[in-house]
Amino acid sequence: MKKSHIEEGIVKGFMLLSFSLVVCSLGFILVTVIVKGLPALNLDMLIQTPKGGYYLGKEGGILNAIVGSLYLAGGATLLALVFSLPIALFLKTYSRRKWWADYVRLSLDILWGIPSIVYGAFGFTLMLALGLRASLLGGIIVLALLELPIMTRGMDEVIRRMPIDMEEAAYALGATRFETAMHVVLRQMLPGIVTAILLAFGRGIGDAASVLFTAGYTDRIPTSLLRPVASLPLAVFFQLGTPFPEVQNRAYAAALVLTVIILVVSLGSRWLSARMGRYTIK
Amino acid sequence: MRDVTLKARRVLQPIWFSPVLLPFLNRRVKDRFVGGAFFLITILPFAILLVVIVSLILRTQPILSAHSIGELLTGQKWSPLKGQFGFFPFIAGTFWVTFMALILAVPPCLLSAIYLSEYCRPRISAVAKPLLDLLAGIPSVVYGVWGMVAIVPLVQVFSTHVSKWLGFIPLFSKNNPTGYSILSGGIVLAVMITPFIIAVTCEVLRTVPDGTRLASLALGATKWQTIKYVVLPQTRSGIFAGVVFGASRALGETMAVLMVVGNVAKVPSSIFDPAYPLPALIANNYGEMMSIPLYDAALLGAALVLLIIVLFFNLISTIALRHIIGRSKI
Repeated sequence: MKKSHIEEGIVKGFMLLSFSLVVCSLGFILVTVIVKGLPALNLDMLIQTPKGGYYLGKEGGILNAIVGSLYLAGGATLLALVFSLPIALFLKTYSRRKWWADYVRLSLDILWGIPSIVYGAFGFTLMLALGLRASLLGGIIVLALLELPIMTRGMDEVIRRMPIDMEEAAYALGATRFETAMHVVLRQMLPGIVTAILLAFGRGIGDAASVLFTAGYTDRIPTSLLRPVASLPLAVFFQLGTPFPEVQNRAYAAALVLTVIILVVSLGSRWLSARMGRYTIK
Repeated sequence: MRDVTLKARRVLQPIWFSPVLLPFLNRRVKDRFVGGAFFLITILPFAILLVVIVSLILRTQPILSAHSIGELLTGQKWSPLKGQFGFFPFIAGTFWVTFMALILAVPPCLLSAIYLSEYCRPRISAVAKPLLDLLAGIPSVVYGVWGMVAIVPLVQVFSTHVSKWLGFIPLFSKNNPTGYSILSGGIVLAVMITPFIIAVTCEVLRTVPDGTRLASLALGATKWQTIKYVVLPQTRSGIFAGVVFGASRALGETMAVLMVVGNVAKVPSSIFDPAYPLPALIANNYGEMMSIPLYDAALLGAALVLLIIVLFFNLISTIALRHIIGRSKI
């Protein structure tokens, strides 16, 4: 056998090893979370809010955190959508000057790179300046800041891939840019847009550092935008910090719930985009 | 006169018709109105960026007037009660953990990316993509839980054995009985940035035209020789940009690192020492600092330092990737 073939074999072996290492670490994470979380998980955890003495290991559940996280991420996703869809559509249909589009994309990329803890600290100073206390509203605003670049760039990358002929066909039929955006681009690119929205939702629901100072933490389910709100990542973090094993086990259960939500969102986005893909022109 | 009124009407038209009237408008007027509104929204990302940076700088002013920048950045002591704010241990901790993560992540990531884009069957890469997306989507707290439950005990055992044999080298000496260390933080971070680096590298490798590969293969080179002598030299800068991009994600990661890295405000000297990265400093202390003078400004200063470091890495990689693969986000 020639030396080059031996080298080929060795390198290929290393590649397979590396790739299986990556896949195994994913498996390792999921198995750890399931093994630790499943024994501690029961129905009460999912449908009850913390009762007195919960943080000493007594009765109760993490419903406050589950609902709180859904409120936070849902609100933030809606708020981010209001701004990101126009930006993405503008970049496709209205933008005449290339430098401006490049500029917008660059600033979104930079925003994407800002660590969530910096958003959290910034959000907190902003809320101090506005006289707000840690609340659902504050959490939603900061999470929306975090989600905006993810969602917009996700949509933008999809919308950009749309064939120019389709857009030109719409213009040729006399449609305005706005009509093209709403009736052609939006319809055709809906699967990708939905994927981008759910991706941003997943990032939002999993982020702890940005809501740490801005959303607060409470045992109750918030009834207004100005009340503090619990969230799953923080439920994991705080409960792990206690010295009681029962409470720590609940942290593992909360981590499992969070992971399952992420899995459902990610599988759901695949299913939805495949389903909506039926109604687009191939 | 007529000119002026026409001009006024043209300028006022978008404002004239409020969104309530929008559905009843003339189509072309509506088009322009919406275009204007959308354009205004596109200013938002830049405005947010500006507001974040400016407000952090403004809020850091009190501490900058009390201490010089050099003093803050190189100061070793952190004791807010005595008014000592040295960022150096935290900056060092941030870079130690990030560097550790890169050392662990880069070789397997590059090899996996080469495997996925050059070697494996399409079916495997079709399965790999969702798996990597999943890895990228796992929340950082879950990574932290994994690190605390699985990695920290492993590192504890591993470090005891390694320091027994290699303890004479300062880098491997063990002065810390637990597994909460730079190595643990590095391992967790390495897994976290893996999907980013692999995705960027695959994308970069795809920029090499197939013809180039075929030419090399036709000359009798093996597949690996083609990659080594043809593909990799062409994509070196892109791969480097991908690694820098991974570093910029690692530098700002908060929760997962905070949970496994030990959080001791000392400049580390061994990979088994605990560290205290900047994000962890902010997360652990922010919100409780109202009563101590300058503490608030010091923590926002830490956020500003972190932001500047991350933006530096992020900007380099973003601009480089934009030139190389035509877009900068995967």
